[in-house]
Amino acid sequence: MNKTITIDGKSIPFEDGQTIMDAAIAAGVYIPHLCHNPEFTPHGSCKLCTVKVNGRTCSACTFPAMEGQDVLNNTQALTDDRRRITQMLFVEGNHFCPSCEKTGNCQLQAVAYHLNMLDNHFPLFYPHREMDASHPEVMIDHNRCIFCTLCVRASQQHDGKDVFAISGRGINKHLVVNAPSGLLKETDLDVTDKAAHVCPTGAILIKRTGYQVPIGERIYDHHEIDHVSLAAAASPATAPSLAVNTEDSQHGE
Amino acid sequence: MKQFIHDLAKLHEGQATHLLQILRDVQARFHYIPDAAIEQLAVLLSIPRTHIIGVVEFYSFLHLTPRGQYELLLSDSITDHMLGKHALFSYFAQQLQVTVGEVRGDGLVSLDNASCTGLCDQGPAGLVNGYALSRLDKPRIDQIVALINQQKPVEQWPAELFSVTDNIQKSGLLLDTPLQPGEALSALFKRGLPETLAEISQAGLRGRGGAGYTTAWKWQLCAEGSKEEGLQRYVVCNADEGEPGTFKDRVLLNSYAHQVFEGMTVCAAIINAQHGFLYLRGEYLYLVDKLQAILTERREAGLLGNNILNQGLNFDIEIRLGAGAYICGEESALIESLEGKMGIPRNRPPYPVTSGYLGKPTVVNNVETFVAATHITVNGGAWFAAVGTEQSKGSKILSISGDCARPGIYEYPFGTTIQAILQDCGASDVLGVQIGGPSGTFISDQEFARKLAFEDLATGGSFIVFNNSRNLLEVVNNFTHFFAHESCGFCTPCRVGTALLKKQLDKIMEGHGSAGDVVALEELGRLIKQHSHCGLGQTAANPVLSTLERYPELYQRQLKKISYEPGFDLDAALDIARRMANRDDAGAHLAQVDAVDIGGDYE
Repeated sequence: MNKTITIDGKSIPFEDGQTIMDAAIAAGVYIPHLCHNPEFTPHGSCKLCTVKVNGRTCSACTFPAMEGQDVLNNTQALTDDRRRITQMLFVEGNHFCPSCEKTGNCQLQAVAYHLNMLDNHFPLFYPHREMDASHPEVMIDHNRCIFCTLCVRASQQHDGKDVFAISGRGINKHLVVNAPSGLLKETDLDVTDKAAHVCPTGAILIKRTGYQVPIGERIYDHHEIDHVSLAAAASPATAPSLAVNTEDSQHGE
Repeated sequence: MKQFIHDLAKLHEGQATHLLQILRDVQARFHYIPDAAIEQLAVLLSIPRTHIIGVVEFYSFLHLTPRGQYELLLSDSITDHMLGKHALFSYFAQQLQVTVGEVRGDGLVSLDNASCTGLCDQGPAGLVNGYALSRLDKPRIDQIVALINQQKPVEQWPAELFSVTDNIQKSGLLLDTPLQPGEALSALFKRGLPETLAEISQAGLRGRGGAGYTTAWKWQLCAEGSKEEGLQRYVVCNADEGEPGTFKDRVLLNSYAHQVFEGMTVCAAIINAQHGFLYLRGEYLYLVDKLQAILTERREAGLLGNNILNQGLNFDIEIRLGAGAYICGEESALIESLEGKMGIPRNRPPYPVTSGYLGKPTVVNNVETFVAATHITVNGGAWFAAVGTEQSKGSKILSISGDCARPGIYEYPFGTTIQAILQDCGASDVLGVQIGGPSGTFISDQEFARKLAFEDLATGGSFIVFNNSRNLLEVVNNFTHFFAHESCGFCTPCRVGTALLKKQLDKIMEGHGSAGDVVALEELGRLIKQHSHCGLGQTAANPVLSTLERYPELYQRQLKKISYEPGFDLDAALDIARRMANRDDAGAHLAQVDAVDIGGDYE
């Protein structure tokens, strides 16, 4: 007898050790997320995957699935709040989609489309943030960092390195790299590292690959993020046009 | 410097979990954390330099750029403001010829703000090189300025500048009952461990930090969680009382430390822990020597260490200091900090009772909870449960400050009315009381019949009285800035939300708000409360939300126009756009009715 939870009234099987997000993805149910990537330890910080579990607010990516859970995911109230949280991410940094190389391949932008975000709602912070173009092949545009820590986790958990970290407190949080000078060129980051390709926004970009895929022909120009996300999780190997396309387009392969 | 860092790392046996303690010493010695020290420590502790930079940038008392040889901080708590902090701060800056937030040209002195330093009953307060300064006034400031300009070492400054009194105004169940060191441990072994846990359960003791989790349950979960043979368990005393307006742990640690340590030892015996930590907020640095002496005394008396009271119990306690981060009062953030990391609350489950310090089962309790456990161990559960209400047994120690004749420490049975407390502390013409600090509740003068109890007004102990001369919005503004400053930044709703809330409130305070801004303020508050990762974020909007509910007119008075009448016709202004888009459906029209209604309601 399989163990199940319900998400929006639909019965979803799960195995012990799975989070609500794991169970949902396996069952083809999309829960919006940005800091989550099934390949790495869940972080639970962006709060886009907020769901109601038996009336209690939980992060689906970190909360364990347990028998008897009645989960609300796709409700108007949650969608409205997720839109606000996405707007917070937009105003906190400097996200100018039309001038960003990542436009069309950007998960932040795609989630915003998915949630029908039509404005910033909140006043913009216009923070002063630096660019780091010191590395021969990879650049960091701190303006677009949303502190999801995916690069941090990818470097530690996949690349066996420690290139990135998040430092600072509160609204002064910022991405730092592991070099005495604080510059990317002095780290042991290699362009083939997972950490260089995992950024959901345009904060970490591969040099000399910009605009090889024209705007209008990019992933989210033609597919909603829920489809892309679920297809990639279902069969990463057979869905190159979706999941790996971000990397491919940046590699220019 | 190389030798200093080398010796320091050696003293701490190269353990990365000691990073925060090591960095505190580096800061004390050099008044910043030099790059070279970071490089050296990264090697000696085998951690990436980014880990060290992260910790330095997280804690308020650590700095990557040099501070003055005399690092002066003034407490920015609302209680210090009520005692005239603002004018004193300007006077201080002027006399020292230093700009707030900066270092004087000669590098001798720096002056800045600190969050509440826990001397609210004897403020305005401050810190010099980490040591608490009390009752600041102009003569004292003149004295301090002279001492600094003479470059007299802080150790040689007159003791009265640092004098902190207990200020116990009213004692009750716990503070009135004297106990000898070792009395509870003797009673524990005489009665038996499971029997003592049963007494604590019967006592109905709940956590005194404010959340009110049942203590006996927590201990039992920790003891029973894993049957793994030889599994290390930990007892942690949370002495990080950072909630503005709270200072009762300061007094308990100053005068009742034996009872705190004994309660921890009782817990250790019951859950089978060998190691304990007292996580002391950095602001209470001045208590460390005294506490170390008491620990030594207890070891010599056979009350700590190996084979305690010849009962085969091995347990010892280590003191670890914080470095200026309110969030470390949250138990999982505190554990992260104990591990030498940034104080970022963990995802739960797992809870500390199953996976705490270094992933091992850990009990974290408040200072007062351990004191109460000590008393229950001696006097029994019934003795404790005879006091208080059905759901809140025993007594609560309050830290009372603000507009009252007799601020200080008061112990009350649970169930006492706010009215009775206000009478005792000599408060008159009261506008309202902030109960439980900024993260708690503001109650108005219509609610003084309410009771001190988990089921009514739960509090960690902060009790700030405001009289009718106070501007409540300034209070709310102070609290809102506090939360934005103390947000760890982990989750979006709190990191961005508290910063937005601060901006939004500032806008209204500065007279640039309109009716829609109050609506936006409320919506933002709700989002932060509902979606934040931990208790800090979930309570950060309480000051705004609880005063909006009680005093909407206070906010309305700040607005540009009470009744919002737009200067032009919004819908008419869209006419050209409608014609160009060839649209005339409902979505192409803007209703002004809503806006006018909002304005109307506010009158």
